Amino acid sequence: MAQEHRTMICITCPRGCTLDVTVEGKTVVKVAGNNCQRGVDYAMAEVTDPRRMVTTTVRVKGGVHPLVPVYTEKPIPKPQIFALLAEARKVELTAPVKFGDIVMENVLGTGINVLASRNIPLKSKAP
Amino acid sequence: MLKQKYDVIVVGAGPAGLAAAIGAKKTGAQDVLVIERAQELGGILQQCIHNGFGLETFKKDLPGPAYAQRFIDELTSLHIDTLLDAMVLDVTSERHVSATSQWSGYVELDARALVLAMGCRERTRAQIALPGTRPAGVYTAGTAQRFVNMEGFMPGKQYVILGSGDIGMIMARRLTFEGAKVERVLEIMPFLTGLTRNYVQCLQDFDIPLQLEHTVKRIIGNERVEAIESVQVDDHRQPIPGTEEVIPCDTLLLSIGLIPENELSRKAGVALDPVTGGPFVDERMQTNVPGIFAAGNVVHVYDLVDWVTEAGLLCGRSAAQHAIAERKHAGRRVRMKGGDNVRYVVPHVLDKESLAESRQRLQMRVTTPIEAPVWVEVMNGDERIVRKADLYARPGEMVSIDIPQSAYDAVQRASELTVRVVRR
Ligand SMILES: Cc1cc2nc3c(=O)[nH]c(=O)nc-3n(C[C@H](O)[C@H](O)[C@H](O)COP(=O)(O)OP(=O)(O)OC[C@H]3O[C@@H](n4cnc5c(N)ncnc54)[C@H](O)[C@@H]3O)c2cc1C
Ligand code: SF4
Repeated sequence: MAQEHRTMICITCPRGCTLDVTVEGKTVVKVAGNNCQRGVDYAMAEVTDPRRMVTTTVRVKGGVHPLVPVYTEKPIPKPQIFALLAEARKVELTAPVKFGDIVMENVLGTGINVLASRNIPLKSKAP
Repeated sequence: MLKQKYDVIVVGAGPAGLAAAIGAKKTGAQDVLVIERAQELGGILQQCIHNGFGLETFKKDLPGPAYAQRFIDELTSLHIDTLLDAMVLDVTSERHVSATSQWSGYVELDARALVLAMGCRERTRAQIALPGTRPAGVYTAGTAQRFVNMEGFMPGKQYVILGSGDIGMIMARRLTFEGAKVERVLEIMPFLTGLTRNYVQCLQDFDIPLQLEHTVKRIIGNERVEAIESVQVDDHRQPIPGTEEVIPCDTLLLSIGLIPENELSRKAGVALDPVTGGPFVDERMQTNVPGIFAAGNVVHVYDLVDWVTEAGLLCGRSAAQHAIAERKHAGRRVRMKGGDNVRYVVPHVLDKESLAESRQRLQMRVTTPIEAPVWVEVMNGDERIVRKADLYARPGEMVSIDIPQSAYDAVQRASELTVRVVRR
């Protein structure tokens, strides 16, 4: 099968290595330019099943802020990002929220949970 | 309850301040106070809801607030005092701190060591002299970030972002997530100013166009931004005529750099490096003013929070060491006071250990003349440490007396010594 060269930038760490990836169909046959093994893993995933961490906010009632930031505990498939965001928009929590609370379980059937990034204490009047 | 004097006071509760407070407490500072202008701890991290924090410190890819939460929890478990919603107004080179807050009102506090961790602020339109009208709809990227991520308010629907710094690129993605259209990111330099990974995961992933060597020539719109006119620039960053393009948008975000926040540092007499915009510091993060330390974006603008934490911890340890030395030294110091007929004594304080080295001379002036033989006496309360005879005492003639090395033990018991000149 014909080989194809793809240039991509590894986003696993702030170093941002430029990878020269040789692909045959959907198979990675060679990765160059990476500074560590994670670069190879990234290239493989990028060719077969690209994923991204997603962070957004969901509404919360009665807390010190009207929103709580949330994140996917693991990267989710890239094509599902906007579907996940639409789901997140439907959620409304009630304070208090604890850091690490599961906000959406097994989101879109990915097997991945969406977690609260911080505590949102109850809004109180006195200090 | 606030104390009057702390071993270490930290100004600012971002990652630098949090780490400094933790570092100071763990090194043995007895009481540590963190003063923060916002209503909560965490600093800028609370609005940086994106991931990418803590890859070095925790080997994990955490959102900003989650990274901050770990340090907030540690701070709480170490019983470090905090004063929130409190603005530090002034600090002196003697580490006297004035602050005002809704809860405590105006307070004045003292610190044996002070840590400056005020972070930085964003460059605004005024600092780049952007021509055109002054309609609503021009924000710094960080302000927009706060609106969208913490207050739940979208400043517009259609955006142009000036500057390819990390905050701008991260906001481009964030606004896209919230249903807005980001028309363009413009960068005047021929290269990206933020991290390449942010170009990939914030712009490329969502087909947001980036134009290098382009800038905003003019803002169009009266009440509200209606469009901007972009232009290409040459190697000398001068606009190339004929390359203008009108890009319709209702909001322009500026992501054009950060400046260390050093109003307070200046007031304390801290010398600033014109290149970084932050204080000159030594390897312990001490500024030119002894006992005043600095860490984080207030020193120079970081791109990785892990390094900010590292600098904060180091700074906190140094501050604690300074406070502990100061405290120890304070126990070794005896105040010298003028007693009967003595107007003043120099030196004003004496290090008790100095007597281990040599005798110590005290000099003074009397208040009223005594034309008769006198005793010059150094007293610890009722206990006489040493005395000497003089034939008379006159205000115009300085009197002196030596504390001999043999008085070492007696002086150790004192916290204050009085000198008097009395008739024999
Ligand atoms: C928008 C943005 C996005 C970033 N994204 C990333 C990223 O993706 N990954 C990464 O690793 N790093 C990122 N960084 C960098 C990192 O977050 C910062 O370098 C770090 O937060 C700086 O910490 P700091 O403690 O020095 O300052 P800050 O977090 O700014 O904290 C300073 C604190 O001091 C307080 N303060 C100031 N003046 C006073 C006063 N007079 N009285 C009382 N309190 C006062 C402020 O309210 C603030 O809370 C980002 C930075 C910014 C600005
Ligand atoms: S290859 Fe390794 S070092 Fe390079 S960006 Fe990826 S994770 Fe970082």
